Amino acid sequence: MTTLHNKRAHLGIAALCAMLLAPITVAQDDDVFAEYRAMMGDENPAIFTIEEGQELWETPMGPKNVSLEQCDLGLGPGVVEGALAQLPRYFEDAKAVQDVEARLLYCMETLQGRDVIELLDKPYSSIGEQGTELEALVAFVADRSMDAVVNLPQGHPAEQAMYKKGEEIFYYRAGPHDFSCATCHSQTDKRIRLQALPNLTTNEGAGFAFTTWPGYRISEGLLRTMGWRMQSCGRQQRLPQFQSGSEAVIALETFMGVNAKGAVMAAPGLKR
Amino acid sequence: MAGKIRVRASLNGDKCEVKALMRHPMETGMRKDAQGNQIPAHFIKEVVAKVGDRVVMQAHWGAAVSQNPFLGFEFTGAKAGDVVVISYVDNKGETDDGSATVK
Repeated sequence: MTTLHNKRAHLGIAALCAMLLAPITVAQDDDVFAEYRAMMGDENPAIFTIEEGQELWETPMGPKNVSLEQCDLGLGPGVVEGALAQLPRYFEDAKAVQDVEARLLYCMETLQGRDVIELLDKPYSSIGEQGTELEALVAFVADRSMDAVVNLPQGHPAEQAMYKKGEEIFYYRAGPHDFSCATCHSQTDKRIRLQALPNLTTNEGAGFAFTTWPGYRISEGLLRTMGWRMQSCGRQQRLPQFQSGSEAVIALETFMGVNAKGAVMAAPGLKR
Repeated sequence: MAGKIRVRASLNGDKCEVKALMRHPMETGMRKDAQGNQIPAHFIKEVVAKVGDRVVMQAHWGAAVSQNPFLGFEFTGAKAGDVVVISYVDNKGETDDGSATVK
C-alpha cells in the first residue's frame, strides 16, 4: 500500500540522504519528483479543485443570480479553452490589463453583482483548508487551457507598459534584504535548498514557470495559483504583501508571460 | 456509484493494479486554527476495496495519512470487466466511494 503520506516520508529520507551526500545536484532533486509524479500517473488531486471550479463557473450566484459562463476571459464571452495562455491582457470593458484572478473577480463583480472586497479578503487558502473559490476557478480555467501555446498580446500600449513595469519591478531591489526578483531568478542552474530556480529572463525558464502554475502543492495539500506564488516570493523578499490581481502582480506576470512566448501550458501540475 | 473517490484499475499480467484518489481534509486533531482553537480530528478510519462481494483490500488508517490521500495497491484474481469498488468510513461516520472497471 502506498499513500501520499508514507511516500512523503520516503521523500524526506531521500532528501536527508541527498544532503549528506555532497555535492548535491539539481538533477537528483528533479528525479525524486519525477519518480513521485510517475507513481501518481495521471492522477493529481488538483482534479477535485478543477471539478469544483467547473461547478462554481456554471452555478448562478450573487445578487444577479447568474453564472460566470458569459465571463469574457479575453477570447470572447464564455470561451475558456486556451484563455490562460493569453493572460494577462488588456480588457476594453475594464479599461485595464488583467490577469486571470483579476478578470474572474471582475466578472464576479460585474456579471454576478458580488462584493469582491469580501472575496479579496481571503483569495488563497491557509494550509489545512480545502481551497477557495478563486483557486478553484483558476484551476478550472487552467485545466481548459492545457496544451495551449503561450502568446500574450502586446499590441495595446497598456500591455506594453505593463511589460515595462514588470521588468522594472523584477529588477527593483527593495526590502530589508535589498532583494529583487532578479536576485534569485536571473541566473540559470541556481537553487534554494533543493529547489531549482527558473531563470525568468530566458524563454526556457520563464516558459517553465509560466506554464506550470497553478499547481497542486504536495507539501501543502492545496492548489496554488500564480498570484499566490508571487505573494509568496514577495514574502520571502520581505516586501509589503502583494495583493491578488494587483498591478504589481499583473506586471510581473506580464513580464514573465511575454518572456515565455511559445511555451506550452501544462497546468495544473504537481508541485513539491 | 456517485462517489467522489477516483479509481483506476488495470491488469498487469495476473495482477490488477489499483490507484485511488480521495478528497478528504485528514485533520489530525492536533492543529489549531488562526484563533488558537483546536481543529477537531477528522480522518478516514477504514478503507475497503471490493470486487463483487470479495474484499480485496482493507486498510485501517489514522491521523498520520495526508490530506487528499492517494492509495495504490495490487491484487490477484481479477479479470477484465470486473468492477473494483472502493469506499471509506471516517471518524465522523461519513463515507464516500468510487469504482472503476478493470481494463
